[in-house]
Amino acid sequence: MKRREFLSLPAASLGGVLFYTLAGEPVRIEAQTGEIKVPLRFFTTAEARVVQAACDRIFPSDQNGPGATEAGVVIYIDRQLAGPYGRDKYRYTKGPFVESVPEHGYQGKETPREIYRAGIRQLENFADLPAAERDQRLRAMEKTTFFRMLRQHTIEGMFSDPLHGGNANMIGWQLIGYPGPVMNYRDEIDKNYGQEFRRKPVSLAQIVGHPVAGWEEEKG
Amino acid sequence: MQRLKPVDVVIAGGGLVGLTLAKEITARTSLSVVVLERGQPRKLSDYAAGMDELDYALRYRMMQNLSEETATHRHSSKTSAVPIRQYGSFNPGTGVGGAAEHWGGISYRFYPENFRLASYLREKHGNRVPEGLTVQDWGVSYEEIEPYYWRAEQLIGVGGKAGNLQGKTVDGGNVFEGPRSHEYPNPPHKLSYATTRFEKAARELGYHPYPVPTATLSRTYTNPDGVTRSGCAYCGYCTRYGCMIGAKAQPTNMLMPVLAKRKNFSLRTGCSVRRIVHSGGKAEGLSYLDAAGNEILQPADIVIVASWTLNNSRLLMLSKAGEPYDPATGKGTLGKNLTHQVSQATRVFLDKPLNAFMGAGGLGIGISDFDGKEGVDHFPGVLRGGNIRLMSTGEGPISGFGAVPPGEVEQEWGSAWKKAALQWHDRVASINTEAEHLAYRQNYLDLDPTYTDKYGDPLMRMTLDWTAHERAQGAMVAQIQAQIGKAMNGRVAPPNSRLLEKYTITQYQSTHVNGGAIMGTSPEGSVVNPWLQHWKIPNVWVVGGSAFPQNGSGNPTLTILAITLRAADGMIDRYMKHPGGLA
Repeated sequence: MKRREFLSLPAASLGGVLFYTLAGEPVRIEAQTGEIKVPLRFFTTAEARVVQAACDRIFPSDQNGPGATEAGVVIYIDRQLAGPYGRDKYRYTKGPFVESVPEHGYQGKETPREIYRAGIRQLENFADLPAAERDQRLRAMEKTTFFRMLRQHTIEGMFSDPLHGGNANMIGWQLIGYPGPVMNYRDEIDKNYGQEFRRKPVSLAQIVGHPVAGWEEEKG
Repeated sequence: MQRLKPVDVVIAGGGLVGLTLAKEITARTSLSVVVLERGQPRKLSDYAAGMDELDYALRYRMMQNLSEETATHRHSSKTSAVPIRQYGSFNPGTGVGGAAEHWGGISYRFYPENFRLASYLREKHGNRVPEGLTVQDWGVSYEEIEPYYWRAEQLIGVGGKAGNLQGKTVDGGNVFEGPRSHEYPNPPHKLSYATTRFEKAARELGYHPYPVPTATLSRTYTNPDGVTRSGCAYCGYCTRYGCMIGAKAQPTNMLMPVLAKRKNFSLRTGCSVRRIVHSGGKAEGLSYLDAAGNEILQPADIVIVASWTLNNSRLLMLSKAGEPYDPATGKGTLGKNLTHQVSQATRVFLDKPLNAFMGAGGLGIGISDFDGKEGVDHFPGVLRGGNIRLMSTGEGPISGFGAVPPGEVEQEWGSAWKKAALQWHDRVASINTEAEHLAYRQNYLDLDPTYTDKYGDPLMRMTLDWTAHERAQGAMVAQIQAQIGKAMNGRVAPPNSRLLEKYTITQYQSTHVNGGAIMGTSPEGSVVNPWLQHWKIPNVWVVGGSAFPQNGSGNPTLTILAITLRAADGMIDRYMKHPGGLA
């Protein structure tokens, strides 16, 4: 059986900075200490470090608020790749595979898992490089399917419901003032015209009152 | 193959069309009706846990499983097709309720001349129409279809404001629409901030803005079947989701509660219809695989094909029920006149936050000053136009993130992009158009020679591309979209100029793919007659968007429902009394 791989993260980094658009200023709460060991479902520890280092350049943590590292984007991507999406369970994957015109989009045989594995191999020693050099390496692969996927998945991991493993402590939603899947705006839709209506976010699990399993949990 | 006891009516597809027909037949006759649905049952209480943008809006969790069945596409008959491997330009549904569970609710009527478009264009332009145009009259007039529009609007509870009441123009509605016998059953939605900005700008420019008609209820409403649904809560989890409070008209909350009480109705889920079994101009029934994989024949006196538009044509082709269309000769009818809709969108960056996460699939303000026959004469080469509208459908946090005005950042990732994206977040609106797509000789459906579904049956092949006419339509509406965007005091980003260069399967346009098993006045020109009855096999009815001879500009669901209700009248009031061809 495969040895279980973990990603060790400083607890203070994962969701450690909360950014309330309501208040307009970043507020640090949950000053956790020590390390969190997150069990990985797909990546090896080394692969997870590369992906995390790349996502951190796509959506950096900076003076404008927290980024991919605090949101746990790499955990989100790991779970997506381990699940049905990662192995193309719902994509049409019968051959023949023929490269066609751009209007026909991605016609390849490789699954997201395979695209990541191959892409990560192009990023040797990446995690230990300084930020500017990492940017340079990523810029050189901007047009690849792998990079386009990585960019899209980074945004997904920032702003999807925390049930998918990213957006830790709804840090992404706080950053943009998204209130979560609130069920009722009957009294708000035609008010607050031209003004921000921002509530402290709530997750889907909080709203429905029980945990919700994402599609990535589907077996088989 | 296991042969079941015969029933009176068997229906392929448990979506809006199939369940509406089942409701009509079981209400007005004692005949036994069986609906075969390949997907699973659904209920409202499932939908709250589905308020998840990732799984539902980005991964299409409610849609047809493309790994099992998709379509292929090529731009012309000179090239070979490739499969639509992942979701892109349209989203076919599956499961009980079909795509009408995850539609947006927009409920336009088509214009009177849409139903006689070939005659209309001939009268107006003579022979000066584009090469290869194959538009046809529907064989039913707006006047004949109007009572059915009204029934459809009551059934689903459309909210809006009439612009033409019995021939009298009413300010605030769509003043260019055909005459309505009645005001809408419900008032329009409350307006979002973005739609008020659009409305004001459009009015200042001299256009005629109106609330987009919608079946996302604007208030609690009881329809003529006695089904009560609550008003929309503007949660924004609408298009691509099931509505968890049932405010959106969905077969599961509007038709299933009625059907569940009918003793002569049964629904079999997990059943994939494979063939219409027929010989000598008479169908014996439908063959299907049940959930356990058993091959079954369900004999029936009447066979109704009521699946999504491409699947209707495909089932007919796989069953050899009709003469395949040949674009080289123009002979044959099955697969003819494939149409989509002509989409164009202009992004407007505004000075104030929009709270765009609130909304409803049908909440919007539109203009039709360049729609149908209106306004097009100022634009050389444009025969028919499209609506122009700003919708507040409820923006998800993932898809709503990242838009910045063109030229503002060098690359779309990293700190500078993040800063700009945060700065513009929730200040971006999109002015959209759906324009009529005319039918052309070269756009059609047939069976793909290479790619197959999970059973080994050929996939549907779409041969489809844009012509100079659609590009001219796109240029026309882009100009007006930009004009309104500027009048909203917005920074306007030019639309995606490549969208109408060549048909793309990668970018969502709409699920309004139509045609292939079209209705018409003669068996030489159409697959079904104006009652949607198969010309050659009179106990087969083919109902849905597949029957549209060409596409209108409005969202097609209301028109599909109207022709469905008319087909039900023809079937029940006439055919069942005297079986045989109705036309």
